[in-house]
Amino acid sequence: MKLFVSDGNPHCVKVLAVLEFTGVKCDVKHVNHEERVVPYLSRPALPALLLPSGTHLFSPNSICQYLIELNGQESSDIVNQWLEWEATELQPAVMHALHMVVLQGKGAETPRVLQGPLSYLDQSLSQRTTLFLTAEMVSVADVVLWAALYPILSDSSLVSGNQTLQLWFERVGMLAACVSAAQTVLQGKGLKAESLKTYLQRQPTTHHGQGQVQGRGTQPCNSPEGDDDDCVLSEEEIQSAAVTWGKGLTDLPMVPERQHPILPQEGKRNVLVTSALPYVNNVPHLGNIIGCVLSADVFARYGRLRGWNVLYVCGTDEYGTATENKAREEGLTAQQICDKYHAVHASIYQWFQVDFDFFGRTTTKKQTEIAQNIFWRLHERGFLLEDIVEQLRCEACQRFLADRFVEGTCPFCSYPEARGDQCDKCGKLINAVELREPTCKVCSQTPVVQSSKHLFLDLPKLEAELEQWLERSTGSGDWTANAKQITRSWVRDGLKPRCITRDLKWGTPVPHPDFSDKVFYVWFDAPIGYLSITANYTDQWEKWWKNPQQVELYNFMAKDNVPFHSVVFPCSLLGAQDNYTLVNHLVATEYLNYEDTKFSKSRGVGVFGDMAKDTGIPSDVWRFYLLYLRPEGQDSAFSWVDMATKNNSELLNNLGNFINRAGMFVSKFFESCVPAMALQQEDKRLLAQVGWELKQYINLMDRVKIRDALKCILNISRHGNQYIQVNEPWKKIKGDETDRQRSGTVTGVSVNVACLLSVMLQPYMPTVSHTIRQQLNAPPSVTGTLLQGTGNFVCSLPAGHHIGTVSPLFQKLESEQIESLKKRFGGQQPKTTAQPDVNAQPATTPASDPAAQTAVNGADAERARELTLAVAEQAEKVRTLKGQKAEKTVIGAEVTKLLELKKQLSLAEGKDPEPVLTKGKKNAQPATTPASDPAAQTAVNGADAERARELTLAVAEQVTWGGNKCNELGIRGETMEV
Amino acid sequence: MSLKELSSLEKALGLKKPNKYSTQGDRKVPVLQTINGQALVGLVTIATHLVQEAKRPELLGGSAEHKAVVQQWLEYRVTKVDGCHKEDIKTILKDLNSYLEDKVYLAGNQFTLADTLMYYGIHHVIVDLAVQEKEKYMNMTRWFDHVQHYPSVRHHLPPVVVLRNRVYTSGHH
Repeated sequence: MKLFVSDGNPHCVKVLAVLEFTGVKCDVKHVNHEERVVPYLSRPALPALLLPSGTHLFSPNSICQYLIELNGQESSDIVNQWLEWEATELQPAVMHALHMVVLQGKGAETPRVLQGPLSYLDQSLSQRTTLFLTAEMVSVADVVLWAALYPILSDSSLVSGNQTLQLWFERVGMLAACVSAAQTVLQGKGLKAESLKTYLQRQPTTHHGQGQVQGRGTQPCNSPEGDDDDCVLSEEEIQSAAVTWGKGLTDLPMVPERQHPILPQEGKRNVLVTSALPYVNNVPHLGNIIGCVLSADVFARYGRLRGWNVLYVCGTDEYGTATENKAREEGLTAQQICDKYHAVHASIYQWFQVDFDFFGRTTTKKQTEIAQNIFWRLHERGFLLEDIVEQLRCEACQRFLADRFVEGTCPFCSYPEARGDQCDKCGKLINAVELREPTCKVCSQTPVVQSSKHLFLDLPKLEAELEQWLERSTGSGDWTANAKQITRSWVRDGLKPRCITRDLKWGTPVPHPDFSDKVFYVWFDAPIGYLSITANYTDQWEKWWKNPQQVELYNFMAKDNVPFHSVVFPCSLLGAQDNYTLVNHLVATEYLNYEDTKFSKSRGVGVFGDMAKDTGIPSDVWRFYLLYLRPEGQDSAFSWVDMATKNNSELLNNLGNFINRAGMFVSKFFESCVPAMALQQEDKRLLAQVGWELKQYINLMDRVKIRDALKCILNISRHGNQYIQVNEPWKKIKGDETDRQRSGTVTGVSVNVACLLSVMLQPYMPTVSHTIRQQLNAPPSVTGTLLQGTGNFVCSLPAGHHIGTVSPLFQKLESEQIESLKKRFGGQQPKTTAQPDVNAQPATTPASDPAAQTAVNGADAERARELTLAVAEQAEKVRTLKGQKAEKTVIGAEVTKLLELKKQLSLAEGKDPEPVLTKGKKNAQPATTPASDPAAQTAVNGADAERARELTLAVAEQVTWGGNKCNELGIRGETMEV
Repeated sequence: MSLKELSSLEKALGLKKPNKYSTQGDRKVPVLQTINGQALVGLVTIATHLVQEAKRPELLGGSAEHKAVVQQWLEYRVTKVDGCHKEDIKTILKDLNSYLEDKVYLAGNQFTLADTLMYYGIHHVIVDLAVQEKEKYMNMTRWFDHVQHYPSVRHHLPPVVVLRNRVYTSGHH
């Protein structure tokens, strides 16, 4: 049994008190407020109790009741009644009051909120003759109510009167269990606990409607853009913001120029950042870019600004079947393919201003050295096993066939064109040796099954050590929730030995004499790329990679790559026993979709890295929009219309407008010289608001919440715009002396906010950030000072400072421009035009009739209905024929008809016809002739990749670990790519 | 509202003598005056009491764990579902849907009081859902349909047609 609690969360006081009170044995684990312990709840719910059966209890009161029940006490009607009252009446009032006192500093108003429930409790107690709520003995109701009231009543100044209540509260509070629970959660400080404040800040604003039944319509409500949940500032916070401001720039050393090679330094925070190695044989799309290299870049840039000693390495992953395949297609050697695409990747990332310290590749001598060294160490320590694997081998081509090189009849549904890893028709995963009538896709000969000896990494032997390390790393580091969850499910299902060798040519050779014609399986090899790429950067690479004491390692990737980084690769390194640096913070994104569909090279849908620059939209704007959309916590979708909206509303009208106005006022009204500032309350208020957002920004960035931190920047410029709007410096400048002074103060404060923004923007939009600093002629030390510690919003452009020439930062994206881009990158599918915009979802008026719904999608409902019937008929016909064991060709013809009907139906319903189906039709030639058209070939492979992506996650959780499942290769191609 | 629920529950439990209820406060919390002169307040408390009175303890769960799960969903009903804001409805539906993915009833394989009260409490939401939304929350809808057809549960509420019959599923996924 495991109890999850978080610091500062007052609900946790209850359960910890009851836990100690009952003496039930249970592990207590402290986690972050955001930790989603209960898998089925979309919002974090703490405390939570995980029972041995795997059931979660997430209601604090039910957890308490359960603990009491384990102790052999039944709860009575009266106990139930108090608990229900606590949950429905007292709790909402307490949370409301805490919010007011702690966050808004409005202690004086708490009695109004709490009076009702407190006097009810007081009266109930005075009517009783017993010492406690329900009896002479303490019951669970006493502890629960005490804990609920603890933060409020421990501060005697807040609520007075209610004498019986006070006595009861003190009596219960004397229980050792209560004292220690209050100590654990709130450090015994009650309301003044800093952790309580942090907790309350993270809570969604509670609706203080006191449980009124709201309108019962179920119209989906559009949550307003950006939760403008303004922080409420106390007087002290405002004053302290003014004090900070007055400090000005310190003489702190500037962020030093980078000197290569960067090596870990004693006494510094040494941060090693890696981004998943993109697979070399394809051009990355926007999803790939935001998923790893760009996210890691923002974090690395931020770290450098913070003065950490950061090294950011990445490179192309070049070995494997997919490369061999591509080489064959393009008529080049594998090495030529790698050279060609490595350059393509490098130039794309350069255009996106991804600032690697080193961008290397995996096909190097260092890779061979390090991979073979790790291999031998694992071998010497007995972590490798041998086993026989059955594989298909083509005698004509003289090689073992990877899954994507075999085709045959599906053993499950008899579809004649099933691939070596999966059937396109029934979707089942296939082990290539199970295919009936297999053929080699290259030469069309029939391959034979051959046994081949392979090496396996003995994961079960390393499991205990892995789990120990995982416990530590996930407990102390910033692992994203999906990373933890995927890892947990892999480990929970038990680890099996995993094949590390392949019968391929293009790979790192296995040095063992018994396996001389084999290479390392790419999942084993590719992550070693991080080490070898660093080794190609500096000979002293071991100072980074064999130095867990001094180095903190951040891995960035998309979620399909998690198991390789959290389970498999760490096992290789742990087994090698060479003091390797293991990942401390595993940061995984979800997926980015394209206009609510998937990026697909084969269908020409989506924007690929090399096309972005042809759009004429600046790299910084691309970065901004991708980061604004960063699939943090859930999938998100790229949309052209939305991109234009965000550019025009956020960049142009909000951020750009503010910075430009601030600068223009200085240059137009004050001859480019920052005016003197005499701060009034209103100005200090703005300083405090901005300072608060800055703190949030740092807080979020430190925990790699890159998208959320970007919102802080936009909030600041929103505050700034309001401030200018209200104070109207352009009017006041024409007024009397006082007015003119006021105009000067507002302008001076605004231009300083603009300067702060330039620094905060640097990780996101480096060029824009640089331009602003140039326009403002900002001193170089701003970058160092403003982001130190928890953030200092100081006056960095003092009165008298001369600024440079101010000009607009952003351009409007016109709707014609966007429409044409949308057409250009939308692909040829008719559905893209029928697809409603994200912003114009039909959901606002929920159509109750399915036909109406289809009509909204711009498709023909009547036709859909006809087709549905036709499909059903045809399907029945096929079933009958199969049942009668009819001629294969006859069935085949009918199946083709059925597929065609289904496709038409999909179109009529306004859905995307399954891509695989379309290809299936296009490819409806005798299975024995391989597709002769190279374009069609790519299309098929493209569709495979798409399919593999869909399945990766599903498979990742249940892949057979043994190497005899050849379908792993198909999956890997995707997993290292993203 | 909750009084109707309690009277339906009494019928479902087969209690012969209907009880008299009053309400208190703005939220119209139900109050039951029991025979021994004690007043019970609150929907969950009273419903739990009625189940015991009807000698149907299995409806509150068998084991300690089971009981806690039942209590938890009863509490969820009165704290989260009742009086929820429009924007929270989707979260509730989504959470229930993913919770019910591998369960027949709220407390696993056994029908309990939690199912009855959750059904009463969420009925008004389900009535207003479009077919597509019901399909989106498939597990929750399946549970709802199951409970509304559970013997003698549905008394004061109209039945809701929940599923569209598909002639043929598109079946690619």
